[in-house]
Amino acid sequence: MRNLFPVLTVVAALIVLWYGAAVWLNTPWAYDKAQRAGVELSTTELIKDTWSQKKPKLPAPHQVTREIWKTTVEKKITSKRSLIYHSWVTLSATLLGFALGTVLGIALAVGIVFNRTMDMSVMPWVITSQTIPILAIAPMIIVVLNAVGIQGLLPKAIISMYLSFFPVVVGMVKGLRSPDHMQLDQMRTWHASAAQTFWRLRLPSSMPYLFTSLKIAMAAAIVGAIVGELPTGAVAGLGARLLAGSYYGQTIQIWSALLVAAALAATLVAIIGLIQRIVLNRMGMAQ
Amino acid sequence: MSNNTIISAKNLSLTFQTNDGPVHALKDVSLDIEKGDFVSFIGPSGCGKTTFLRVMADLEQPTGGLVTVNGVSPEEARKARAYGYVFQAAGLYPWRTIGGNIRLPLEIMGYDKADQAERVKRVLELVELDGFEKKFPWQLSGGMQQRASIARALAFDADILLMDEPFGALDEIVRDHLNEQLLQLWARTQKTIAFVTHSIPEAVYLSTKIVVMSPRPGRIADVIESSLPKERPLEIRDSPEFIEIAHRVREGLRAGHSDE
Repeated sequence: MRNLFPVLTVVAALIVLWYGAAVWLNTPWAYDKAQRAGVELSTTELIKDTWSQKKPKLPAPHQVTREIWKTTVEKKITSKRSLIYHSWVTLSATLLGFALGTVLGIALAVGIVFNRTMDMSVMPWVITSQTIPILAIAPMIIVVLNAVGIQGLLPKAIISMYLSFFPVVVGMVKGLRSPDHMQLDQMRTWHASAAQTFWRLRLPSSMPYLFTSLKIAMAAAIVGAIVGELPTGAVAGLGARLLAGSYYGQTIQIWSALLVAAALAATLVAIIGLIQRIVLNRMGMAQ
Repeated sequence: MSNNTIISAKNLSLTFQTNDGPVHALKDVSLDIEKGDFVSFIGPSGCGKTTFLRVMADLEQPTGGLVTVNGVSPEEARKARAYGYVFQAAGLYPWRTIGGNIRLPLEIMGYDKADQAERVKRVLELVELDGFEKKFPWQLSGGMQQRASIARALAFDADILLMDEPFGALDEIVRDHLNEQLLQLWARTQKTIAFVTHSIPEAVYLSTKIVVMSPRPGRIADVIESSLPKERPLEIRDSPEFIEIAHRVREGLRAGHSDE
């Protein structure tokens, strides 16, 4: 509850700013319409118009909220116009991509920590992989996989994985190396094998690093899934809604898809945060 | 070197190569530790006392000379789990209970479950921590944590205990108490103990043999055989004999510093 007040203050400030920006950005079009109709606009009429245009430059918050309400609560989830349907399409690709990215990231990190050759050779490639713009590589992945007959969920999940494995590798390499000299010496005095040191010391020690990485990976995974939807010909998913909206100048649709995507990401990250709190508390490692 | 020699060092040298040139952590160190001895290593920082202990434990490799532990090389002794090592920090895993922490080396060494439980119970009694098996490290004071770490080093059958300033981070009162307990424990278990410390009273109170070391290069300045009886109440520290030995240790430390 202590945290609620500052959050609400910031939200309120943003909403005020948003309404102001809507007036500012939508005024030219409102004047345009008025001039063609040959009427004079009073200030009140002007403001009212800027907050209720059909295709505004910047839709007002209540317009976006109404659109979200219409496309979630008032639509059946099986409908192609339901945002819940589109969210699920994106979410499934996100979760699969996140899971693949996490597994790949941990596997690479273990390899890097235990194998000197991998340490020297893999990390530069991992970093290079992230310098390639995902927008450039996403269509390639879709096209190549399509050519070998893989369609639907998997190509999007792979793009999602491509973005999400990176923070996991970086975090887990640091985490698996986090035990100090004394702890490693101690294992040595017991003549512990590398596997015993891994399972009993390195892996548990890496948990705080893992969860921090997973939060970043989850946010990256949802971006990957949305980007992956853009070159698929805009069939379904939040990315498809964004693309369709921009084709037809449906700014309200774009903003509502955008907000839902943000809310989805926030929820997923919050869930990881919750698991993190519980696990680290139980392990006596809560900060 | 007699039949009872447990640890033997002959002309031991260890030189670290650093960016500022070579550092002679140990130079021509020779020492025999007999079975059942309680040997303290005392000296200022950089005198090589911890390095010496780490060489015995095969945590550092000497650059010259010879060390044997139980008649074999430190590496073989380590692989045979010949010693328990107690570090400066307790180093208990926060995600394991006290019992779980003591069980850790036993799991690694492959003791069976029933044996593990029996040993954990026995060593917890030995360090007077019975009843704390299910507690987590954060629920214990610093002194109790260090006792748990000693219990962990005692849990498997090693006849040698190597202790690197185990009570260095604790306050004087707790330290006195732990010293007393350690002596009782040593008398009961008949272990051979090598103990690194900064404290003159601690070294004199605990040891049968005090090795005074001096730095640059790290070497042995004096070896003092204690004439104190095996039975040592804390009050023995006020006896003339105790003060006499402490004086000799201080002299040895001062002599090592005379070149500065």
